[in-house]
Amino acid sequence: MAETGIGAAVRRKEDQRFLTGAGNYVDDIARPGQTYACFVRSPHAHARIRSVDTKKAAAAAGVVAVFTGKDVADAKLGSLFCGWMVTDRHGQPMKTTPHPVLAADTVRYVGDHVAVVIGESREAAAAGAELVSVDYQALPAVVSSVAALKSGATQVHKDVPGNLVYDWVLGDQAATETAFKRAAHVTKIDLVNNRLIPNAIEPRASVGDYDRGTDQLTLYTTSQNPHVHRLALSAFIQIAPETKIRVVAPDIGGGFGSKIFIYAEECVVLWAAKKIGRPVKWTADRVEAFQSDAHGRDHVTHAELAMDKDGKFLGFKVSTIANLGAYLSTFSSSVPTYLYGTLLAGQYATPAIFCEVKGVLTHTAPVDAYRGAGRPEATYVVERIVEEAARQLKIDPAELRRRNFIAPSAFPYQTPVALQYDSGNYVGALDKALKVADYAGFARRKAESTKRGKLRGVGFSSYIEACGIAPSQVVGSLGAGVGLYEAAEVRFNATGGVTVFTGSHSHGQGHETTFAQLVGDRLGVPIENIEVVHGDTGRIPFGMGTYGSRSLAVGGSAIDKAMDKIIAKGRKIVAHLMEASEGDIEFKKGMYTVAGTDKKMSLGEVAFAAYVPHKLPTDQIEPGLDETAFYDPKNFTFPFGTHICEVEVDPETGRTSIAKFTAIDDFGHIVNPMIVEGQVHGGIGQGIGQALLEACVYDEKTGQLLTGSMMDYALPRADDVPSYTVGLTTTPCPHNPLGVKGCGEAGAIAAPAAVMNAITDAIGAPLEMPATPARVWAALQKRAAKAA
Amino acid sequence: MYQFEYHRATSVEDALAKLKKASDGKLVAGGMTLIPTMKQRLAQPSDLIDLGGLKDLRGIKVEGGKVVIGAMTRHFDVANSADVKKAIPALAVLAGGIGDPMVRYRGTIGGSIANSDPSADYPAAVLGLGATIKTNKREIAADSYFKGLFETALEAGEMITAVSFPVAKRAGYMKFPQPASRYAMVGVFVADTGSGIRVGVTGAGPCAFRAKDIEAALAKSFTPDAAGTVKIASKGLNSDIHGSAEYRAHLVSVMAKRAVAQALGG
Repeated sequence: MAETGIGAAVRRKEDQRFLTGAGNYVDDIARPGQTYACFVRSPHAHARIRSVDTKKAAAAAGVVAVFTGKDVADAKLGSLFCGWMVTDRHGQPMKTTPHPVLAADTVRYVGDHVAVVIGESREAAAAGAELVSVDYQALPAVVSSVAALKSGATQVHKDVPGNLVYDWVLGDQAATETAFKRAAHVTKIDLVNNRLIPNAIEPRASVGDYDRGTDQLTLYTTSQNPHVHRLALSAFIQIAPETKIRVVAPDIGGGFGSKIFIYAEECVVLWAAKKIGRPVKWTADRVEAFQSDAHGRDHVTHAELAMDKDGKFLGFKVSTIANLGAYLSTFSSSVPTYLYGTLLAGQYATPAIFCEVKGVLTHTAPVDAYRGAGRPEATYVVERIVEEAARQLKIDPAELRRRNFIAPSAFPYQTPVALQYDSGNYVGALDKALKVADYAGFARRKAESTKRGKLRGVGFSSYIEACGIAPSQVVGSLGAGVGLYEAAEVRFNATGGVTVFTGSHSHGQGHETTFAQLVGDRLGVPIENIEVVHGDTGRIPFGMGTYGSRSLAVGGSAIDKAMDKIIAKGRKIVAHLMEASEGDIEFKKGMYTVAGTDKKMSLGEVAFAAYVPHKLPTDQIEPGLDETAFYDPKNFTFPFGTHICEVEVDPETGRTSIAKFTAIDDFGHIVNPMIVEGQVHGGIGQGIGQALLEACVYDEKTGQLLTGSMMDYALPRADDVPSYTVGLTTTPCPHNPLGVKGCGEAGAIAAPAAVMNAITDAIGAPLEMPATPARVWAALQKRAAKAA
Repeated sequence: MYQFEYHRATSVEDALAKLKKASDGKLVAGGMTLIPTMKQRLAQPSDLIDLGGLKDLRGIKVEGGKVVIGAMTRHFDVANSADVKKAIPALAVLAGGIGDPMVRYRGTIGGSIANSDPSADYPAAVLGLGATIKTNKREIAADSYFKGLFETALEAGEMITAVSFPVAKRAGYMKFPQPASRYAMVGVFVADTGSGIRVGVTGAGPCAFRAKDIEAALAKSFTPDAAGTVKIASKGLNSDIHGSAEYRAHLVSVMAKRAVAQALGG
């Protein structure tokens, strides 16, 4: 069992089909009689729609139908919505805005959805879309969150005065101010967390299908959470009752958060499929993806850290302006609040913390969760200011962290910003990272770089993450519109194979392998006899999906709980067949034994007996071996670690190369170390992308998206990232049955601060992300001018 | 992509005759710019005349102190030509750094130079080596070929057939890629032609140009530092979200310095 059990680096079962081109993505789906949708999108950042003339388009060859905002209003389709109601500092609910699936009378960002043309082919739909004549009255636009807050700024929605969705606070302001009065030293920092465009390799796609005979609607769509989509399509968009809607999210080529949300296009194709009585398919092209996928980050922050004379943290104040875009996306409101402010304690025993966040509307695409969602932004603030403080106090950055870490003996630890950390050993991860990264040898390496005319720097990031948002009762009290449990069904077949139905959704994470290992290890079934099914509301129990690094900790625990029930039922069956007492029956790795005897029975035999119940008293023991469980966690899980980055800057060109990157992470118990390492690599790659390359830029005057394609938006390529050195420490999560935490976002959370701290160390001048060669060079010029 | 008529030319004359007949026709060589533009529905030619079958335009000859490259020669073939590597190694280096392998297998020298993208690599070598552009009508000297943004001396009904590069005593090419597209933010081709120094710059301005100040400095002393210490004026240079005109001006000196080092075998 060891070679496929928990802890084994099993090759991913799903890769056979992915690597041989046999995957089944949404765009691979073709339904009989299928039509194609093309959306007419706003070329303006802000405009009033005077009129929409669809006559020419409707008459064009190959065009099946054209629908506009008026049509969806007439059909009384519901509005897109924000599923988390944040309460502001005065106890008032945040401001919300209507968001029709096709714009009513105003467009509010470049790419806003105005009309849809449905054609016999993609080309016919695209040609038809060009014939839709929209009479726009262009209006002034505001794209920066800071500008949107200024008095007199253009209003994005009339229901949101001053463009302020909420002014939210967390922590004890009075205690924090008192701490600052006692401070021997205060470090201040201003930071921009750059806006990012997710860019999953598979763009969003949807196929709507309607069966007239059964009145059933099926939506095949790129979703990380098909049941959440079904609920929204029914309860909010009001297309049909939940019983009449099936949502299928088949193989999905990456999500990074951007496929959590309910988007206009998928609502429209499903509604239109019923309206025209034919399947409707839409696949975003890359330009549409850049314009209309929910973007990530976009924070402007001022922070201050108060310390005593020994560098002990006394208080921490953070003030952030978060750009939420033109409309509130599904979970947008929670990202800069409950997923950000709550993480500002980091790994430190800072006694007083106060955080205020202003959520702001602008004429840009909606902003929502993107790999890490709030937690990268928090880590970036904490780890940049800690390193800046170390520089100012001339204390080694590792030493300053060590002085302020929450001690391993202090858990569970209640932070001043709501969370209770369950476990941790921060100094353990730091020490291991220092050793693996050969921190002691840095000075030697720096001298060698200097000899070659290069500037070398080192930077740290000791991050904390909170995965698997929970429990449902708590998130409900904070304004969440959903519960955050997970569902699983473990179904034995009569011949001993197992099908696992999980509410988690895999869009690159390798669940088909990890979950099979989990089940195989405990139930003694070879993993090739375990099928993992996900992503289809017609097959799986009501699940919440995959985001926030929750799948193993929450979804895996639900599977474990279902296995508890399977084992308990098997025990009943064995007790009857062996004529033994249930209390005497032991279960281990798929085998039941009766204590004190040589009697035994495998779980496979039990399954056969359960489905062919010739010898069972079926009035007392139901036939079958099929159990469902819902698991609601007691708390978040809290992965942590230290990443150390060394960079070399070419002072002539400003180009940064990453010379060395060490990541020591603590994810608790590991099921498949190869998959975990892959997740860490990918996360760091995205973190380095944010630090060095990626920036979504809108023109300040016109609101046009300047980084609307790969020609101008720089994603990291293989040669932009180094070979990583990764390692683990193991502090199991104490409150879930598997002792696991979550690994999907850690790299993206930790890496930006580590890289930027290293560059700052190298060049001795402040700068913002992304640290492009041009920006680094400009910072060096500025420093030189100052010195002169 | 919009619909268009496709033609496969059998000769230069045939290509130009078909072009003349078309209402809004385009010649397509490798198609590395035209095809993506059409796929985005940003170009709508009535006819495409494919030059892919014109074998006579494909190939490399070294004769009389010149490397003559047919217009339809792919970047991959230039990069891997033993003759080019021997005669003008910097030209092989340049061709081997264009785009990615897929682009190098499809893209052609004639297509690149006819398009005159401000950040394409070849124009730097054309100017740096003082090449001659051969067309169906005439020969055009490099110095009078590049006219502006996507604008050249080519006239209607005129088509590049080959480019002739004089073999230099020594030469080097260095580029600094724009981080997203990896086109040249600045690319500098430096050549000691034997009868003078020439420095061709791409990426920095609306079209490729010669850096006369660096040429003068290198004429006095053909050393990296001589090039690197020349301050280039930023006026008129490109400025965008990836780099200011000042940054590009600075990079011209730095890339020139490194190109000289490469020319000297560094």
